[in-house]
Amino acid sequence: MGLRLPSKVLEHILSFIDSNEDRNSVSLVCKSWFETERKTRKRVFVGNCYAVSPAAVAKRFPEMRSLTLKGKPHFADYNLVPDGWGGYAWPWIEAMAAKCPSLEEIRLKRMVVTDECLEKIAASFKDFEVLVLTSCEGFSTDGIAAIAATCRNLRVLELRECIVEDLGGDWLSYFPETSTSLVSLDFSCLDSEVKISDLERLVSRSPNLKSLKLNPAVTLDGLVSLLRRAPQLTELGTGSFAAQLKPEAFSKLSEAFSNCKQLQSLSGLWDVLPEYLPALYSVCPGLTSLNLSYATVRMPDLVELLRRCSKLQKLWVMDLIEDKGLEAVASYCKELQELRVFPSAPDLDEANIPLTEQGLVFVSKGCRKLESVLYFCVQFTNAALLTIARKRPNLKCFRLCVIEPFAPDYKTNEPLDKGFKAIAEGCKDLRRLSVSGLLSDKAFKYIGKHAKKVRMLSIAFAGDSDLMLHHLLSGCESLKKLEIRDCPFGDTALLEHAAKLETMRSLWMSSCFVSFGACKILSQKMPRLNVEVIDEHPPETRPESSPVERIYIYRTVAGPRMDTPEFVWTIHKNPEIGVSHLAIK
Amino acid sequence: MEKVGVYDELDNLKATELRLGLPGTEETVSCGKSNKRALPNNTEKEIESTGKTETASPPKAQIVGWPPVRSYRKNNIQTKKNESEGQGNYVKVSMDGAPYLRKIDLTMYKQYPELMKSLENMFKFSVGEYFEREGYKGSDFVPTYEDKDGDWMLVGDVPWE
Repeated sequence: MGLRLPSKVLEHILSFIDSNEDRNSVSLVCKSWFETERKTRKRVFVGNCYAVSPAAVAKRFPEMRSLTLKGKPHFADYNLVPDGWGGYAWPWIEAMAAKCPSLEEIRLKRMVVTDECLEKIAASFKDFEVLVLTSCEGFSTDGIAAIAATCRNLRVLELRECIVEDLGGDWLSYFPETSTSLVSLDFSCLDSEVKISDLERLVSRSPNLKSLKLNPAVTLDGLVSLLRRAPQLTELGTGSFAAQLKPEAFSKLSEAFSNCKQLQSLSGLWDVLPEYLPALYSVCPGLTSLNLSYATVRMPDLVELLRRCSKLQKLWVMDLIEDKGLEAVASYCKELQELRVFPSAPDLDEANIPLTEQGLVFVSKGCRKLESVLYFCVQFTNAALLTIARKRPNLKCFRLCVIEPFAPDYKTNEPLDKGFKAIAEGCKDLRRLSVSGLLSDKAFKYIGKHAKKVRMLSIAFAGDSDLMLHHLLSGCESLKKLEIRDCPFGDTALLEHAAKLETMRSLWMSSCFVSFGACKILSQKMPRLNVEVIDEHPPETRPESSPVERIYIYRTVAGPRMDTPEFVWTIHKNPEIGVSHLAIK
Repeated sequence: MEKVGVYDELDNLKATELRLGLPGTEETVSCGKSNKRALPNNTEKEIESTGKTETASPPKAQIVGWPPVRSYRKNNIQTKKNESEGQGNYVKVSMDGAPYLRKIDLTMYKQYPELMKSLENMFKFSVGEYFEREGYKGSDFVPTYEDKDGDWMLVGDVPWE
């Protein structure tokens, strides 16, 4: 019998371990370590809200202070998951309210949150401090008002790209006059105008306010007034910049910005007129993060701004920056770590090309610290990908969206296999990869073989056959999330690698050739996978070999969920029962 | 091979679907033979795309969720595009039997007759005469629009402003 660490000692050691991955490993060592770990874990992360039941989580981690949950699959962002699929926050809020009343922080992503949920949070957690909702929906400004009114120690309230039923700007006035604890407020996704005087007073009495992200309804005058009251801001999301340019407005704005000596992050800038950009020049040298992705400003004006941002680490911009603009970024923004270039014309039929693969090549060559890329471009070449891989082996996240489906290397007419092979082989630390353009099964052979650390892989309009999925599921040792749309394969590879699916968080496949029969077999073979068929038409009315519209497969210890809508078909583990909805009315 | 029959049966079902996916009847295509494949077909619009040698590209079908841009972002860009196009108010116009849709800027017109004339020129048809009681007389074509409630309304009843 070996030495056993006294649990007090172990507790002390564990207090230094924050990362959930490490704590998960610790909990697997032995029973006593499991017990000590679970009683001391404060920050709980659940990547798929259906992988485990709220009650089980509440029971396991009684000292929970912070809960992070994710709901819908990532492709829900692109309207591929029908409304009503699920991802309800309520069962979690209810369970935590009962078992973990000391909960202080809740962060939810892609979940359905109702006003009832928000009211419950406000009523149940006395020390509640942080609410961050990302890409959530289902609530109104009334729910926000409840949080504002009741949570006396509220530090963080962030609504990031949520779909909110906006009943007006009154919610802001619900922050009591005694509330002075605010550190971060983000209401950029709301439409309605808030009373500027309420906001001014709130900002004035919040000395710890570091991050403020306004909605487009806040005018330039409002912005100036707020900046005057909060020169200590480190993060700012502006309101609308659409006011007519008046000389006094410009100088007031300039002055207000120049007093914000600690500003590091700037976003918003909706409708910004290029004439206003010089007002920002004073903060540029200190900026580490700049989100210009809603600013329809042309390349010359963008360059004038960016050449002053020598400390920039994160840049989000639209393709209006053009190759030339990115060349400038490559020479001025030497600290750049993350680049995202979004399309200014998201509709396929309106694409005109101010930006090519050359832009990304410039940045890859010039910015040594570049490790995260999201790039939308009409077409690409293998040569560019090879250069990028060679110059930037330190890439951790590479998401290339060649907007034209099935577009080959436009110079050689070959598939982009070689290019992505170079990326997979060269970038050994790659954690996230999105591929696009014309790709054969070979590309996936390389990816399967070399992309050892890739955890999340997104694929669209690619491959030739089942071999593609076979390569991926037999390789990609670290794969946790795989999402695929419009690829020509189905059953064979899926069934062959069923065991692999239990090592992953989830697999999404839509508009592929997965048959209902294969889904049934998979579900019955793998007790700890939920196999959800998301299809408008009942799968039973079609032959078993017919393909289903979408499948979402995820590992779970909670069994099939009970809240599926009509169009989600859970395949029962018992072959005699067949397909069911298991919906509670 | 027995799958061919199954997919024939499915054709009727698929014909009512608005989704965009790879053609169900296609055999697996081996790489190397075709450098560029046909764009996925939208059964509603039936745009022919041979894929291999395209000179003038036809208006592309809208693929659901592609390119992968969040709707939040799409909506924000859309409103800004309309504003940047000199405050123009662009609407889509489609005509039964026409191969593709057109866009017109409503702010270019001051009254209905001007709009009608422009539409007549664009689509080469005649809309007849507007009567308050009976609507349009003298033509097989009737101009309609979809209002914010999703109802189809006759163009011309509501005051221009």
